[in-house]
Parts: sequence; C-alpha cells; structure tokens
Amino acid sequence: MTPSSSYLDSSAWNELFRKMLKIRLAESRVAEIYPTDKIQSPVHLSLGQEAIAAGVCHALRPDDHIYGTYRGHGIFIAKGGDLKKAFAELYAKNTGCCRGKGGSMHYVAPEVGLMGCSAIVASTIPVAVGDAFAAKYLGLDRVTVAFFGDGAVGEGVFFESLNFAALKQVPVIFVLENNNYAVHSCVKERHKVTELYKFGEGLGIKGIRTDGFDVANVYANMREAVQTVRGGGSPMVLEFMTHRWAEHVGPGADHNEKYRDRALLNLAIERDSIQMAKNTMKRGLGFSDDDFLRIENELKAEIDEAVGFAEKSPIPDKKELYEGLFKERI
Amino acid sequence: MSVINYGYALAQGLIQSMERDPNVFVFGLGADDHKELFGSVKGVLERFGPKRCFDTAIAENGMTGVAVGAAIAGLKPVHVHIRADFLYLALDQILNLAAKWRYMFGGQMNVPIVIRAVIGRSWGQGAQHSQSLQSFFMHVPGVKLVMPTTAYDAKGYLTAAIADPNPVVMIEHRILYYINDEVPDEYYELPFGKAYVRKQGGDVTIVANSYMVTEALKAADFLEKQGIYVEVVDPVSLVPLDEETILDSVKKTGKLLIVDCDWATCGVSAEIAAIVAEKGFGSLKQPIQRMGSAHVPCPVSKNLEDEFYPNARKIVWKVYEMLGKDLPKEDVPLLTHQFKGPF
Ligand SMILES: Cc1ncc(C[n+]2csc(CCOP(=O)(O)OP(=O)(O)O)c2C)c(N)n1
Ligand SMILES: [Mg+2]
Repeated sequence: MTPSSSYLDSSAWNELFRKMLKIRLAESRVAEIYPTDKIQSPVHLSLGQEAIAAGVCHALRPDDHIYGTYRGHGIFIAKGGDLKKAFAELYAKNTGCCRGKGGSMHYVAPEVGLMGCSAIVASTIPVAVGDAFAAKYLGLDRVTVAFFGDGAVGEGVFFESLNFAALKQVPVIFVLENNNYAVHSCVKERHKVTELYKFGEGLGIKGIRTDGFDVANVYANMREAVQTVRGGGSPMVLEFMTHRWAEHVGPGADHNEKYRDRALLNLAIERDSIQMAKNTMKRGLGFSDDDFLRIENELKAEIDEAVGFAEKSPIPDKKELYEGLFKERI
Repeated sequence: MSVINYGYALAQGLIQSMERDPNVFVFGLGADDHKELFGSVKGVLERFGPKRCFDTAIAENGMTGVAVGAAIAGLKPVHVHIRADFLYLALDQILNLAAKWRYMFGGQMNVPIVIRAVIGRSWGQGAQHSQSLQSFFMHVPGVKLVMPTTAYDAKGYLTAAIADPNPVVMIEHRILYYINDEVPDEYYELPFGKAYVRKQGGDVTIVANSYMVTEALKAADFLEKQGIYVEVVDPVSLVPLDEETILDSVKKTGKLLIVDCDWATCGVSAEIAAIVAEKGFGSLKQPIQRMGSAHVPCPVSKNLEDEFYPNARKIVWKVYEMLGKDLPKEDVPLLTHQFKGPF
C-alpha cells in the first residue's frame, strides 16, 4: 500500500519542486558546459532521477546522514549542499566541495549530512551501515541513508551490509535507485530474480518497490520509512523505479543505442517528475505558469552565480598535492 | 601486417585464440557491450555468440572465483575489467585462490585464467579510477604479470597469456589505446620473461613500463638532440622478469632510473632497484633513482594531477640531475598525451 501523500501542503510541494528543478537545471547546465572542456571529469548525470533525491532528502533532517555514488550531483543538491561548491568542484577549483581533489564522482558536504560519494560500485553501502551503527552506539536518533543503483546489488558487500544491519537493527535506509541499467547492462541480464527489493527478505530486511517518478510518492514512502527506522524499527530497502535520461557517463543522450529499451524511455517521458509535479501543483494548489517561471528564473540565477563563482575561483596551489593525507594528532 | 591500435590488436589476439581453442571464453562487465571495452572485444560477440562472450552482474570477487573454478574444470576464461581499481575487489580470489591452487595442492592442478584490466589517467579519473596495482601481483607468488606497451605486445602477450597454463594478469593503460603499431595479421605469441630494449644509449639506463615507456622514449628523443643518449628498457613481463637485460644495460651505463606508472613505495620500481642493488652493485656509478606517482591518492585538478604523475619532461629533468648537468636553455616541452573524456 502506498502511504498517502495528501498531507503535502503547498509549501512542501514548493520545496520538493524547487529541489527537483534545481537538479534538472544544474545538470542541464553541466551538459551545456561540457563541450567547452572546462569540466574535465567524467560526469554521471541524474537527469530523469531527480524525484528520488528530492523526495528522499526532503524526508530527512539536516543532521541525518547520506552516502552516495559517482552519480552524486542530485543528492548533493537535494540535501542542501552549496551549489557554488558543487560547480567549483566540477571545475576542479580550490573552492570546490573537495578542494579540487575529488571531482564529479566524489561529492561531499558533511555540513549538511552528505558524508561522501564513492566511484566503486556498492562501496558506500556498508559505510552507511557503519554510520548508522555509530548513531545507535552513540545514542543519537539520526538515520543514515545509502543511495545506490540496481547494479550495486550484485556485489557481495550488499548482502554483507544488509545482514549486519538487520542483525544489529541499525537505523539505516537502503535507497535503491533502479534505472534498469548498470552502464549498458539490463537488470534482467544480470539477475534471475529482478525484484531487487526482495533480496534482503531472507536476511530480515523488509523491502518495497515503488514508483520513483512521482516525487510525492517518493517522499511519502521515505517519510514512513524514516518514522519506522528512527523509532528503533528494522532497517528497510526502498526500491524506486526510475530512468536515466543521459548516457551512463557523459553529457549526451544514448537512447538510439540498441541496449536501451524504448518503452522505458517513453514511460519516463510520460512520467517526467517535473511535469507531473507542475500538473498537481496547478490543479490542486493554485500554482500558475508564472509561478513556475519565477521559480525557474530564480534557480537559473543561482546557477549562473555558482558557475561564475567556479570560473573565477583559483585552481589549487601545487603544494596542496601533498596536503590532507593524514590528520595531525591534536 | 596491418597498422592498428592497441584495442583492436587485443581483439584480434582474442578472436584468434578463441578460434584455436573452443574452451576460451571472455566475460566481465561490458564484455558484450557496444562500446567494446575501447575496441578490445570488438567483433567477439558477433563471431562467437553469448555462450563465449558475456556480461555479468557487478561482482568482481565472485566472478573471479567463477573463472578460477571454470579453469580448474578445463575452460580458459578471460576476465575483463575496464579499470584496474576494480581488481582490489577481486584480490581475494586472485591471490588467495588462483595464485595458490597449484602449489598448495602439490602441483597437481593449474589455473589457466587471464585477467585484463585497464589503468585510467587524466580527465578527472581521480582517486578510484587511476590506480594500477601491478605491485600486488609481483609481490604475491603464483601469478604471472604483463604490462604490454605497444599494440604488437598487446596481441602477442594476450595470446601467450591465454595459452599459458597459469593465472596471468595483464595490465593495460588507457592512453596506450590511442597508439597505432604494426601488428602481424596472423596468430603469434610473445615470450614471458623477455625485456625489450626500446632505444639504445650509453649514458643512462631508464627502465620503464607500460605508458611510461612512451614518455621515456619521448624524453630520450629530446635528450638525444642535446647529445645525451639514454637506453630505454621495457620489461613488459614483470613476472617472470628478465633481470639479465636490465643488468646488462646498467653494466653499460652505470646509471639507472626506473619509471613506473604507480607509486614507487614498495612498488615495481622498488623491486627492480633492489635486484640491481643486489646483483649489479658493481656496475653502478651512482645511486639508483626512481620515479612514480606522488605518494598520495590521485587528485582530480589538472594542475595537481600534472604534479602527481611522472611525464617526459620530468624524466628529462631527472636525467640532467643524474648527469650533474644544468638544464638546457630551451624549455623541455611537455610531451604528455592528453586524454579527453568522458571516460
Ligand atoms: C566495483 C566496481 N565495478 C565496476 C565499476 C564500473 N561501473 C561504474 S558505474 C557502473 C554501473 C553501476 O550501475 P548502477 O548501480 O545501476 O548505478 P547507475 O550507474 O545506474 O546509477 C559500473 C559497472 C565500478 N565503478 N566499480
Ligand atoms: Mg542503474
């Protein structure tokens, strides 16, 4: 059963919409800039998947922790990361969120709870479990979220993490963004059982699969999971069905490549999160096209500012190469 | 003979090996994908079908174990990885199982697997997509290790690796894929344990591997114009290693610089330096020098990355330093190949 989303008022909708649109516009800008070679980093865009980052993060508190993957721009923005630092990192500048050392694949914003993104598939899943273990150990009531893709469930570490999380009942939520592909490989070519949310059941982890295009649905499911987990309940797997619009890595589209299923694209276009949100907001909450235009212009101005900041920022000084390997003992 | 690039040379070697032996198969992430692993599996799926060329779930350690088992039972798996960094996940099966199986069971069985992995460099590959790992396979006994430099090597060592009855790890470099070379059209194998003198010279010996060979050769060309003659030795096969060719060169020059595309600490360059110190000390006129990546994770920012990696210019500077000469008036051009993304 899908939890009701009727409690979403107009300000909540406004916020969810802004989060999604900010990701959409920021990543579209990345794709626009990319051919200039100012961004010299592999970029894994989350265009099309915005509702998951927005809906999940909206259900979290600022002190809750999240972990992600190389496809990390969306969750950085949704958790409240500073857009200037995001663009500066793409430009590998000293003012970036990793001071130019991490690039697009390693976003981080500990000040808002994004504790790290890794480019080794599945590698942050156990780390999120460890983080949740620490929260319980320390008597904190925060929850931790591991974001990962459908490809990650193939790694042994996924099983190992679920088992430990269930055994120790740590406050972690596994957010599985199922876009049907790991690079160019379809889920059904990698797994006999394609209901990935069920993989934890034998270990005692409840899983659900639900739509990942409708931001209200994502939020409602996540909100319920957070209530359960924060209250000391069992960890959960939330599998959100979605679609990646761009190629796996890089700014282009690749729907003409034969690995892609056209029907999935058509569904994704039909269920474009932003358009659906607009429709709902217009119908029920009195938002107008002018309101949307105003929001879009505000966000674009913010993105312009962030890009300007990135362009003007200094590159890291050579001596920084050797800095930051070990922390000094104090 | 045709002029083809590194990737196509690998594909040719693979196809010819698969034609000769029906038990050879290739698998791994992207093995059957339209991007063809930079050309290195081009045409294999079309030719041999999904039974002998297939993708897997993302499960490096498990799939390496599957390769080990298949090899024990008579097949010849070639397992491919688009980045060497992912081999960290497979080290348990490679080093605890494949490397031990024959010896531990008293020499009764053998594990003929081939593992191919590509080193990334540049375009923001960063900390987790730029590592090379050769030192691990040189350190632990029981795995052969090759790092082909040219397209000619790539084909000849892949076929030799597939024909070899032991585990062989082959580490390739992303940037080498852009370089063309003359490659015989027919099947051939190249021998393990034989180093190549890529350029002759009497002033300094440079032992370099993989992509660093091309940088060393560019440095050598520049130095030659300044009247300095370096000898570039490329081991290609690191396990087994042709110590003799390296020692002979050092005997001639008395000066040794080792350039590895990896960290120097406890790395391939450390091992080669130790061998020369142990067996060729009398030939050395001065301390051995090593160059490798800076001893930190690889940063993304271009200017930090330039500092991080050795390149032709730094090799030139090092040779001048070793010879006690002032740098030439003209600037040493930065000769490094530039790689453009997204991957
Ligand atoms: C351990 C490991 N193996 C392989 C890769 C190469 N790789 C990068 S992303 C990816 C696909 C992951 O797919 P999925 O988990 O579905 O996430 P998505 O990219 O769809 O967001 C692969 C195989 C990697 N980064 N790490
Ligand atoms: Mg996926």
